[in-house]
Amino acid sequence: MIRKTEVEETLKRIQSHKGVIGTMVVNAEGIPIRTTLDNSTTVQYAGLLHQLTIKAKSTIRDIDPQNDLTFLRIRSKKHEIMVAPDKEYLLIVIQNPCE
Amino acid sequence: MEIVYVYLKKRSEFGKQCNFSDRPADLNIDIPPNPELAAQYVERNPVDMGIQCSVSMSEHEANTERFEMETRGVNHVEGGWPKDVNSLELEQTIRFRKKVEKDENYINAIVQLGSIMEHCIKQNNAIDIYQEYFNDEEEVEVTDEASSAKTINVFRDPQEIKRTATHLSWHPDGNRKLAVAYSCLDFQRAPAGMSHESYIWDLENPNRPEMALKPSSPLVTLEYNPKDSHVILGGCYNGQIACWDTRKGSLVAELSTIEFSHRDPVYGSIWLQSKTGTECFSASTDGQVMWWDIRKISEPTEVVILDITKKEQLENALGAISLEFESTLPTKFMVGTEQGIVISCNRKAKTSAEKIVCTFSGHHGPIYALQRNPFYPKNFLTVGDWTARIWSEDSRESSIMWTKYHMAHLTDGAWSPVRPAVFFTTKTDGTLDIWDFVFKQSDPALSLKVCDEALYCLRVQDNGCLIACGSQQGTTTLLEVSSGLSTVQRNEKNIAFSIFERETRREKILEARQKEMRLKEKGKTEGKDDDQKDKELATNLEEMVAKAEQEFFDIIFTELKKKEAEAMEKKAKPKKQSLEMDEEVEEDNTGEEEGGDEEKSA
Repeated sequence: MIRKTEVEETLKRIQSHKGVIGTMVVNAEGIPIRTTLDNSTTVQYAGLLHQLTIKAKSTIRDIDPQNDLTFLRIRSKKHEIMVAPDKEYLLIVIQNPCE
Repeated sequence: MEIVYVYLKKRSEFGKQCNFSDRPADLNIDIPPNPELAAQYVERNPVDMGIQCSVSMSEHEANTERFEMETRGVNHVEGGWPKDVNSLELEQTIRFRKKVEKDENYINAIVQLGSIMEHCIKQNNAIDIYQEYFNDEEEVEVTDEASSAKTINVFRDPQEIKRTATHLSWHPDGNRKLAVAYSCLDFQRAPAGMSHESYIWDLENPNRPEMALKPSSPLVTLEYNPKDSHVILGGCYNGQIACWDTRKGSLVAELSTIEFSHRDPVYGSIWLQSKTGTECFSASTDGQVMWWDIRKISEPTEVVILDITKKEQLENALGAISLEFESTLPTKFMVGTEQGIVISCNRKAKTSAEKIVCTFSGHHGPIYALQRNPFYPKNFLTVGDWTARIWSEDSRESSIMWTKYHMAHLTDGAWSPVRPAVFFTTKTDGTLDIWDFVFKQSDPALSLKVCDEALYCLRVQDNGCLIACGSQQGTTTLLEVSSGLSTVQRNEKNIAFSIFERETRREKILEARQKEMRLKEKGKTEGKDDDQKDKELATNLEEMVAKAEQEFFDIIFTELKKKEAEAMEKKAKPKKQSLEMDEEVEEDNTGEEEGGDEEKSA
């Protein structure tokens, strides 16, 4: 129970940072567990980023089998998409870094 | 046939130690070849036989059946819910989510991922990695490259008998074409059979001229009409003015009548800025400047005789070799003469005598080129004899800046249309000099040998990059100048302007001083003070030499005068003495008479 509030706090804190547009937690099947954006956007992000994360992970592992992917950042003209991968879940945050 | 060789060994010798011994070769059997057997064989020639002691292997190829692959994607609208959860029912999905959130794994994962994520978010907020730091600094234009120019193309006179390329004109739109006038300027030495044609060249095709212009007499000058690029004005060797329309063909469209044209070759012809775009004027060594309207080219609209004594006598007139007209100063024009004098004229003067405003003299020979600086029209460049000079309209006694005397005559010169301090000159030894007086005053910034024969004319294209020069053998060379010489440098306009101003002031001071000295000569004979206010310039030296010469002659002059005065005095003295002696002689005479009388009495 106490741990659960920690999770809540963490996610809330992330969402409240400056420039953060949206936060989502997605599982490996693409089901959004927690999200601040609408469902269709979340599912789209989940599907695409999941594939990309797997590709990135396999790239890192191919180059050096002892290595592993810890974080993925995609900077675009409009904003930055940050993906923190886990075995089962994906934490995705979209931030607008411009001051 | 069996060949047998029998070895014999006694039984008692078995196991005995071998004693080897040498013996010469012993022929056992000699079987000569049987030539009859050869008939059973056919010779094979050549024989191709591989000899190798290795495993023989064979190579095979096989092509599998084509395997078709297709890539397909599925766009999920809804995530992969497990089978027991119906995605449409809100309750079930919420329940599922809650279940996941309670999962231990989930909690650990999120906490851990959350901390990493926060770190990156904060990073993003702390620094913008794509920020421009050095926005405010201007790009410093470093012209490290040495100035250079390279030949791009060479257009040769296609005629057998080579003529001099006497004038060049760039096409006004786009500068893709070049009109070149060919003629032989040696007086009456034009070889028989010399063609009168002049050509228009397309820069892309140096092998053949794009179009030929066929006048009745060779063309000395040629100009495109800046308003209408199809019309070309040409000045002929026999003094006529001709006009072409390139759309109509190579034959002359309009030609002036011989009686009213010039009597000598037309050396200068320029289009005027007018509303109709049909007016032009021309100058020739017969001493006349004529204005024409090409719609009625049979007669000139106006004639001015270049008589600087203002008496309008053709006998006194100076022959014109170059003509200058700047469209920003439409009432003034300048004429460079064979006698080395530049005449500045006003077109709008009421009487013909008043047309001539003032003269500038300083060259020893014909002034082949005359052009105002495109940025500072008060200053103009003249090229003649062995030097090039820059003048200011305010300073009439002498030029304000000049180059040193070269080994070869200078034949043509032009300002760069983009850089106020750069001008080009050509010489009879085939070199093209590029002068940049902001960079170096005593020598050209760049001197190029273009060809072996003399260069006669020069024309710079409007962008300042391309230069065309024509030579005595009719070869026109197209050169491209490096970007350092064709792009305006920082502050160059101001520097050039200040140089002009300074030189003009210096000349004025010298003029004033000379006037003072002339006045002083009449009165006193004194040494002069050193009142030079010149700044450091290489031309300083020449100026000081000239001044020293002047002083020297002045001193001699005053000395001579002094001597004369003294001589006059001396003459006066002996006269006086002779008068005194006469008086004495008279006294003696009277004395002698008295003596005589005394003798008589005694």
